[in-house]
Amino acid sequence: MSAAAQDMLLQIRGLRIEASNGAVLTNGIDLDLRRGEVLGLIGESGAGKSTLGLAPLVYARAGCSITGGEILLAGQDLRKLDANGRRSLRGVRVAYVAQSAAAAFNPSMTLMAQVCEGPIRHGLMGRREAEAKAVELFRALDLPTPETFGQRYPHEASGGQLQRAMAAMAMSCQPDLLVLDEPTTALDVTTQIEVLAKLRELIREHNTAALYVTHDLSVVAQIADRIMVLRHGKMVETGTTNEILLSPREAYTTALVAERQAAMSGHGVAEAARGETVLTVDDVTVKYGPVVAVKGISFTVSRGETVAVVGESGSGKSTLAYAAIGQIEAAGGAFRFGPAALPPSFKNRSLEQRQRIQLIYQLPDIALNPRQKIGDILGRPVAFFEKTSAAATKARVAELLTLVGLPLDYIGRFPGQLSGGQKQRICIARALAARPELVICDEVTSALDPLVAEDILKLLKKLQDELGVSYLFITHDLGTVKRIAHRVVVMLKGQMVAEGPTADIFDTPPDDYTRKLLLSVPEMRTDWLDEALARRDIWRGGIAAVPA
Amino acid sequence: MGILRFVAARAALGVLTLIAVSILLYLGTQLLPGDVASALLGQSATPEALAVLRAKLGLNEPAYLRYLHWLWGVVHGNLGNSLTTGTPIASALMPRLGNTLFLAGYAAIIAVPLAVGLGILSAIREGSLMDRLASILSLATISFPEFFVSYILIVVFASELGWLPSLATVYGGMDFWDRVDATTLPAITLTLVVVAHMLRMTRTSTLAVMSAPYVETAFLKGLSRSRVVLSHALPNALGPIINVVAINLAYLVVGVVVVEVVFVYPGVGQLMVDAVTKRDLPVVQACGLVFAIVFIGLNTIADICAALANPRLRSRKRQ
Repeated sequence: MSAAAQDMLLQIRGLRIEASNGAVLTNGIDLDLRRGEVLGLIGESGAGKSTLGLAPLVYARAGCSITGGEILLAGQDLRKLDANGRRSLRGVRVAYVAQSAAAAFNPSMTLMAQVCEGPIRHGLMGRREAEAKAVELFRALDLPTPETFGQRYPHEASGGQLQRAMAAMAMSCQPDLLVLDEPTTALDVTTQIEVLAKLRELIREHNTAALYVTHDLSVVAQIADRIMVLRHGKMVETGTTNEILLSPREAYTTALVAERQAAMSGHGVAEAARGETVLTVDDVTVKYGPVVAVKGISFTVSRGETVAVVGESGSGKSTLAYAAIGQIEAAGGAFRFGPAALPPSFKNRSLEQRQRIQLIYQLPDIALNPRQKIGDILGRPVAFFEKTSAAATKARVAELLTLVGLPLDYIGRFPGQLSGGQKQRICIARALAARPELVICDEVTSALDPLVAEDILKLLKKLQDELGVSYLFITHDLGTVKRIAHRVVVMLKGQMVAEGPTADIFDTPPDDYTRKLLLSVPEMRTDWLDEALARRDIWRGGIAAVPA
Repeated sequence: MGILRFVAARAALGVLTLIAVSILLYLGTQLLPGDVASALLGQSATPEALAVLRAKLGLNEPAYLRYLHWLWGVVHGNLGNSLTTGTPIASALMPRLGNTLFLAGYAAIIAVPLAVGLGILSAIREGSLMDRLASILSLATISFPEFFVSYILIVVFASELGWLPSLATVYGGMDFWDRVDATTLPAITLTLVVVAHMLRMTRTSTLAVMSAPYVETAFLKGLSRSRVVLSHALPNALGPIINVVAINLAYLVVGVVVVEVVFVYPGVGQLMVDAVTKRDLPVVQACGLVFAIVFIGLNTIADICAALANPRLRSRKRQ
């Protein structure tokens, strides 16, 4: 055997995975991975990237099975292993890091028990040795008080800490191959950079090979040596990270790269002068019991303008949106629509006041009643707000569908027959049915694939130009903000830390947190993480007190 | 909210429910046509005799006062006197309650480990022959009425095989093992009635947790199915299991009337049936109250146990 062949860790040949309903999830995929190498698997949802990622564990999710091809780990065909052989492979030679560590840890066991379970159950270490090793990994991953960190239950650790503890759990048996399934997707951007840096350090230090599954090209650029682009269960193209990012060959890859570049290069939308004020947020405070979720926020939204409210989870941005529509009652301050103050609760608002502000939800899948036809979903608000006749309602529904770019025969369809992007278009049409002056968009693109999200953003912009509607855009994604927002409000722990025209805020961040936030957004080049870490260290040295 | 506060709140809620039930019980017996006096005197009652007896029994007082008197007595351990025998109800009820609890305890010791154990085993071997067999058999036993199961058992084990007595005759001062021998058939009957419910709930709630992401994580760590079920799925499925066990334990106490009658077992259920036929309302009330205490008490304990099984509640004090 040549040195190159010995170096080869994982070889997948002609892999075919099918669902029990006959759908083909991955079809004829070939993949090579050397020891210590990191391969990024990129693609939209349903591309088969997670399914492929699980293949080296000889594991297929419920209702799916591996029906063809070879999975060779160091020359051994894993598909030929029996149940016991597979069990002694999983966790020991190939380990898995799940997307949401918050869900992937057992809530009723301590972290230490879960991290040590693998080495102890596989008979690799005694309890004491396994715990010592876990503490060592906790320390290497920069977890707080590594000696006692393991005594915590999952709910006693933050999202970023759990994701690192998950990595510690995966490394506990010193595997040859690590499968990372969107390990930073559920994290806030300022947390993501830490986890990403630590994961990369861990992989390099132990010379572990890794499959890194993600939909985010900027993230994978920081960690992968090579990238494989997948679509509809097939490989689109594969190459080194720089080849894919700088000179993509296939049209689909080119579109993915272009979308990211657009997100990176935007500087917000400039406006000549602000129009008449639509919504005034005046010193608004919102409390959940004794907890202050939003503290004294003031800003305005004017006609035909998009104001983005950005912040990380727990910043109070969604709470602010729900207070604006009156779903949550503000404890102090006031929302004014034009000159008139809005009652805190939607129950006390007039029909007209409610009609003027509409909301689009984050998850189109659950925002539509699956048992109602599209015609009914859109027809109801039309008939409710405009008291139209059946014929007029139908005409207006047709108009709405045209407005959001969907064919008219969708009237008779159920939401289940639509794709995620199409469902979000229906949600937009439903909000527009009331002829609102202000639409509150709550993370409307975060559940969508990048290319689909891009189309939705374009649609929202087109509708704004045509109808002069204003948007209050709640998001955690700065790329989205750069592309569509005239103005931006940055929130941190319930407080507003920055507010102003998007270009101003992004070019010269007025405060430390906004600067940190902007620095944390990964850029689509391979040396970004190193630069960002260096920049952050210098900056940390310069400024002692950085908000968390 | 700390765990102590939760326990206190849950216990207080239990007491409140109990008071509400006692009011309903009292109202219920008051709503029956005719009163105790006319029931006692029967057909021969003259209006004068009725009036005298009503005054003597205190029936002319407003209902809420009579309720408060009764409640006051109950709190002090005085359940009143039986109308038919004139003796204190407590002295008739207590040995009966002892018998009922003995039978319920006997059945529970067989039924709970059997049901939960088979439920877990069914979850581990989902879809296996054993799983299907346990499911079908337990369903079959729950589908037959209790008296039918009782008579089948009597025919087989008492009449044909002669292994066990057909009547569950017990008396004070009886030897423990004789008592066990006498109550085995009713205990088996009760077991067959309650096993299915607990078994299916254990199996279902364990399997429901099996689709959680952390169970997938456990499998991907290379753990065996039994290890995953026992240490990852089961602890998170305990809440519903504890609750269904409590409901069935309560049923073993309050739902045994039919079985007691079939086996002529001197328990609270029989006492209550007798009292109903004789319109001995204070005894009916007392039995009802005992049943309510058992039912509410067990469910309160179950809620507290289920909360203790949740680390989010358990470990609050450490933060």
